[in-house]
Amino acid sequence: MSLLALQEYWWIIISLLGALLVFLLFVQGGQTLIYSLGKTEIEKTMLINSMGRKWEFTFTTLVVFGGGFFASFPLFYATSFGGAYWVWMIILFAFIVQAVSYEYRTKPNNFLGQKTYELFLWINGLIATVFLGTAVSTFFTGSYFYIDDMNRVLWMGQARGLEAVLNPMNIALGLAIFFLSRTLALLYFQNDIDDEAILKRSRRQLWGNAVPFLVLFLIWFGWLLFVKGFAYDPVSKEVFLEKGKYWHNLLDMPLNSIIFVGGLILILYGLFISMVKESTKGIWFTGTGTVLTVFALFILAGFNNTCFYPSAYDLQSSLTIENASSSHYTLTAMSYVSLMVPFVLAYIWYAWKSISSKKIDAEEMNGETHTY
Amino acid sequence: MEHIDFSLVDWSRAQFALTALYHWIFVPLTLGLSFIIAMMETIYVKTGNEEWKKLTKFWMTLFGINFAIGVATGIILEFEFGTNWSNYSWFVGDIFGAPLAIEGIMAFFMESTFIAIMFFGWDKVSKKFHLAASWLTAVGANLSALWILVANGWMQNPVGMHFNPEKARNEMADFAEILFSPTAVNKFLHTISSGYVLAAIFVIGISSWFLLKQRSVLFAKRSIAVAAMFGLVFSLFNIMTGDSSAREIATTQPMKFAAMEGLYEGSTTSPLVAFGILKDSDNPNAPNEKEFSVAIEIPDLLSYMAYMKPGVFIPGIRDLVHGNEKEGIMSYFEKIKRGHVAIKALKDYKNALKARKTDKAEQLKKMFSDPEFLNNNFKYFGYGYYYSEDEDVLKDNAHLIIPPVPVTFYAFHTMVGLGMLFLIIFILFLYFSIKNKLENKKWLYITGIIAVPLVYLAQQSGWIVAELGRQPWTIQDVLPTIASVSQVDTSTVQITFWLFAVVFTALLIAELKIMFTQIKKGPKEGGN
Repeated sequence: MSLLALQEYWWIIISLLGALLVFLLFVQGGQTLIYSLGKTEIEKTMLINSMGRKWEFTFTTLVVFGGGFFASFPLFYATSFGGAYWVWMIILFAFIVQAVSYEYRTKPNNFLGQKTYELFLWINGLIATVFLGTAVSTFFTGSYFYIDDMNRVLWMGQARGLEAVLNPMNIALGLAIFFLSRTLALLYFQNDIDDEAILKRSRRQLWGNAVPFLVLFLIWFGWLLFVKGFAYDPVSKEVFLEKGKYWHNLLDMPLNSIIFVGGLILILYGLFISMVKESTKGIWFTGTGTVLTVFALFILAGFNNTCFYPSAYDLQSSLTIENASSSHYTLTAMSYVSLMVPFVLAYIWYAWKSISSKKIDAEEMNGETHTY
Repeated sequence: MEHIDFSLVDWSRAQFALTALYHWIFVPLTLGLSFIIAMMETIYVKTGNEEWKKLTKFWMTLFGINFAIGVATGIILEFEFGTNWSNYSWFVGDIFGAPLAIEGIMAFFMESTFIAIMFFGWDKVSKKFHLAASWLTAVGANLSALWILVANGWMQNPVGMHFNPEKARNEMADFAEILFSPTAVNKFLHTISSGYVLAAIFVIGISSWFLLKQRSVLFAKRSIAVAAMFGLVFSLFNIMTGDSSAREIATTQPMKFAAMEGLYEGSTTSPLVAFGILKDSDNPNAPNEKEFSVAIEIPDLLSYMAYMKPGVFIPGIRDLVHGNEKEGIMSYFEKIKRGHVAIKALKDYKNALKARKTDKAEQLKKMFSDPEFLNNNFKYFGYGYYYSEDEDVLKDNAHLIIPPVPVTFYAFHTMVGLGMLFLIIFILFLYFSIKNKLENKKWLYITGIIAVPLVYLAQQSGWIVAELGRQPWTIQDVLPTIASVSQVDTSTVQITFWLFAVVFTALLIAELKIMFTQIKKGPKEGGN
């Protein structure tokens, strides 16, 4: 394959991992709902165990997303992680405290107490979603950095990445992801837990989360269509601002636009059957829709001569899939590795099916040999 | 040498070291205990004896408590390459990123999927499927060790790459060479077997406590039988791979080897120091050097240990810094000058590009594929960062390329000494276990219990030898820490360092308290 084809292939993989990660953030969303959905101890236990069997997937996907980005676009790794230092550090802290909380929460003599671990889960839910959403928005709005001729990074943002909050659109996407994750969590609980009270409360809460998500996301996306985007000339590689760049990308890549619209329709359909028809299958549609929509957004950010990690400080420092990628050799080697992905997905699917065929209920929580 | 903020480098190193050392408290146990549990469960499935299931579940509970915090510290390490070592991430990301990504795809998903079946699948899947899941969790954990240690091995002995001046980075040229480099293979085998030793001592120590308290005696005896056998086999293997690692270091990282041995003056008849205490040197001409105030030496043995034959010259720290013409060892001063030529050629190339002097740029670019230039200059690229026009400053800088000798020396000797001790402990436990004479051996139980903190000390020491002993290199001879670090304010790194220190310590306390409580509950109640 040509270098460009490999770079595109890897951007597709990164987009897919990013999309799966955003979908799997339902675990985080659920962590912010423990108290509003669970009024008794057993209800809380059911909710936490329902997420507790999935949290490692979100966590592992984040790690693989990071590792995949490092291997395929190391200049992004160097620029964003070394530059937006505080943003990533805060996200990381939120994940450290999550990793122990499920296992330690109800263990006797756990030093910090059950409430602290539940607080950790809540913090993780809030920060991971808002910060990751905000960080993804900078893929479109740009950051303040300069890359010298040795490809060394100088971050010019005063607050090491936290300056992203100064742009309301970044905040809008951060909050949209927060509400999306809660929406997905509600749909997931409806499907995974067999408990009338939780089901009722989750249906009631759906409106308060799905509507803000849709409003915020549409504001952000509407803005995106008209904003000046970061384009580059395919021959000279010179970066320039182009009015309506992302709108043009939608028009130039019709297949991706179909995926995007298809994703949105699925999101809405999942919400519709859950809210209006009281179905418990909404997660399948809204979840799939989320993956498709986010995937298409990542493609929008990186394909069609677009800078996927633009620098608003120095346009020519902007990262593209062409200038930030690994070498032809490494991308080829990693492409062989990526052939394992379907196999990995297959065994995850098989393994989970074998232990999650039955919904979680109070009886299981009392009898289960291992509960969180 | 450009202006370097050494405090930033030191704090960034401190943060990485803190994370790595905390992570390394938990990982070795995961590596080994996962196999011990799988073996116990195999006995359960084969015999159908419920007692073995109870036993499996007890150790699984401890495994789960330990695993969670290992995951928490692990994610930080991956991202710290970017946050704190961004120049490194670009300069060698083309090579280093791949094993990290493969680790995620191949190992982490495997581990996290099958560990869920291990914990939640008891009543939901068949016995055999559950057993397979336990084995696959162990394999997944050890596969993840493979990839990260391949990456680490490559940092210690960079192979299979070439430099691309256009991109100002190193690029992968031979994946197989990286994967099968002797350094990577040795590192992987030595590290995982050390994890198996730790896990075996962990099981023996806790079982000894039960025997001391005369509780769950049969459970403890059975656990000891499995752990002592497992521990003995891998303790021997660990000593063998340790030996080959050291021999390999003698050729690929001679400075680290000299620091491990506290060897300043090289010779063909250097003794092996079995035990020693270092003090500041009295020699006024060598103010930074150390010498032994006490040493138990085995004469002439070092050459044999390093090269399997007597009479081979083993360079000391002084030989490496000042050079030794007779033995054909180039001084650090010379290496710095040669490396500087390579760095300057790269800068000139970039300037020529900027000035659009195409011919000059082409000419300079060609240098980076000229074997003579590669061998005479580029090989010492990393040393070039210590260059100064002022000869005196350059000479001072050369001393910055020496790792901290006492810490490396003590850590190495602690690791080796304890490694030998564990072998004896395994032999004793196995002997009494086979003879069925484990009862009423208070001295043995106490030995087993004391061995637990010691095995953790040995693990940390091993990591210190590997990582502190190679300073200042992030990539041996290619890239020093001063050129790897992210340009972040030192105060920012200080804040995150202390935040990590507080959070990790609090979680460690929580982990230990939970672990001790579960141990006290014992196998009967603790088997969830």
